[in-house]
Amino acid sequence: MADLLSHEELLLRLEIEDFFYREADLLDEHRYEEWLDLFTEDARYHAPMNRNVSSQEMDRQLTREAIEMSWFDEGKDTLVKRVKQIRTGVHWAEEPLSRVTHFVSNVRLLDSGSDQVGAGEIRVKSRFLVHRSRLEDEDNTWIGNRIDTLRRVDGEWKISRREIYIDQSVLLSKNLTNFF
Amino acid sequence: MVQLTSEMKRLVDSESGTVSREIFWNQDLYDQEMEQVFNRSWLFVGHESQIPEPGDFILGRMGEEAVIVSRGRDEKVHVFLNSCRHRGNRVCRYDQGNSFTHMCSFHGWTYDSTGALVALPYHENGYDQMDKSQWGLLQARVEVFHGSIWATWDKTAPSFHEYLGGSDFYLATGLMHTDGSDNGAEVLGGVVKWRLGCNWKVPCPDTDTTHGWITHRSTALGLGVGPTGNPVRPREDRSVSVGQVRSRYTVSFPEGHTMGVTIPEDSDPGWGDSATWENNPAVRDYLREKFELRKKRLGVMAHLSVGPAIFPNEGWLGRVVRIMHPQGPAMTEIWTYFFVDKDAPQEVKSALGQHYELYYGPGGVTQQDDMENWYALTIASRGPVAQKLDLNYQMRLTEPPLHGPTEFNMPGLFAHNYSDENHRRYYQRWAEVMQAKDWGEMAPTMSAAVQGDWVTNRNGR
Repeated sequence: MADLLSHEELLLRLEIEDFFYREADLLDEHRYEEWLDLFTEDARYHAPMNRNVSSQEMDRQLTREAIEMSWFDEGKDTLVKRVKQIRTGVHWAEEPLSRVTHFVSNVRLLDSGSDQVGAGEIRVKSRFLVHRSRLEDEDNTWIGNRIDTLRRVDGEWKISRREIYIDQSVLLSKNLTNFF
Repeated sequence: MVQLTSEMKRLVDSESGTVSREIFWNQDLYDQEMEQVFNRSWLFVGHESQIPEPGDFILGRMGEEAVIVSRGRDEKVHVFLNSCRHRGNRVCRYDQGNSFTHMCSFHGWTYDSTGALVALPYHENGYDQMDKSQWGLLQARVEVFHGSIWATWDKTAPSFHEYLGGSDFYLATGLMHTDGSDNGAEVLGGVVKWRLGCNWKVPCPDTDTTHGWITHRSTALGLGVGPTGNPVRPREDRSVSVGQVRSRYTVSFPEGHTMGVTIPEDSDPGWGDSATWENNPAVRDYLREKFELRKKRLGVMAHLSVGPAIFPNEGWLGRVVRIMHPQGPAMTEIWTYFFVDKDAPQEVKSALGQHYELYYGPGGVTQQDDMENWYALTIASRGPVAQKLDLNYQMRLTEPPLHGPTEFNMPGLFAHNYSDENHRRYYQRWAEVMQAKDWGEMAPTMSAAVQGDWVTNRNGR
């Protein structure tokens, strides 16, 4: 039988779920500047690529952060630039803005107060389903999981690290204009 | 010069500078392309740094078909079709790995790292008449050029060197180490692959000089610095990069290869002096140090930084290689390889990789907008009314190419930087290859033009 969650753990998970739902609203309502405020200044945003490798070599499935190529491998500074680009009004890939819906589910606390995370940090795993509808009939879906490291800063949760694991190996969308 | 048939000239008319939209949509033309263009051309399938050890393999593509690119036990590079000779099943199901055998999962036919059939079940009793040497995986011809691996199915094709027709000079520079030593580059791990709903020729030739100011305007306004590290904000005296202040040209070859070239001068800034690395001393200092060595080795040619788009589907952007793999008339799978110096410190490789990620690939701030336009023009061109309207490639049509191959002691046909000359050469070559029965019919164009028939007046530099 699985360990029962304590009352505190349950409340914490609800708090984190609420954080993710609010975050999804900011993204889906194109409130990108407010979304950026959810990240710490030293945040990492990493989306490795998948390789199809032998089941005996699963350690080589994902491209490695800062060593190999990734869909995204950056910090807050370039996320800020991406938002600025969208706001120019001439970023054709997001002009007009796409309609995007973020689903977040399977939220589970992985670590708190362990060696994996810093003081005041927790690690959270979740699943995402992101849907993009663009212009008349363009339709894309990305499904995968995320591992976030959240840090308590001045009483509020901030994302200090986001790992995004998109299930696809060959990306089946023409570009990646939205955030995960 | 090869005379195009009237039907082919209806599709591609380089004299009037028009191209029919049909070539981006028509299924019959697409099927013909697979035979005439992809089954006969030299195609980029990978780089030696991806398969350094015997038994190492990666998957590549030639046209729509998957190939295994393998470092054999004999240490040579082999390229063979990833389709079992028995019942046609995919033999290798991995993107990469190391194995001296590839066993088909259907009946167990097994091939070695050179593609030879080495084992099949029931061999003793069931196939006593069979000559196994005749049933290996289909082998492509392979040539390794400064580490890059090229393959063709056509036994009658000229050598890769001849195929390049003089553009090897440019291609080699892209594969060098920053310090100018030969074959000093490696592919940073992970080939970036994605699908885009457009014909494979839409992004070709990959040397379009006139789109950046508007397609990538948001990169200029939002980020201030373009992928090459130059300020991208348009100014009166310059366009999108420092190189265009003076002496920048489009350069094409009768073989269909195209590129943009800046005539190098000793006073040009080195790679370490790019604005991109202003705030990154590790990369800046590394590039400065290596670039000094480059200047010692190559002289003024150290400043020549150009990767050509090799006909039919290979394109370079800096040290980034993009291959447009056809997936039907209106679908392309783009594979992108990112190069760094093999022996650069990890810190430098990481910074370059993250720079590539920010600008290139499907999430890249510049490439996102390319994809948007390439997809949208595909959608807007598919209707029967639009299909009848030719596309315009007339920019500087009446201006002849500036000069022949010898003017700057550099090969190729130079034309004004802002012209459609590269596109006209590319589509002309496409039409020639589409109608030519054999390489004999394609050859005359190459030799005549390369030998200087194109030399005309030089008007303005």
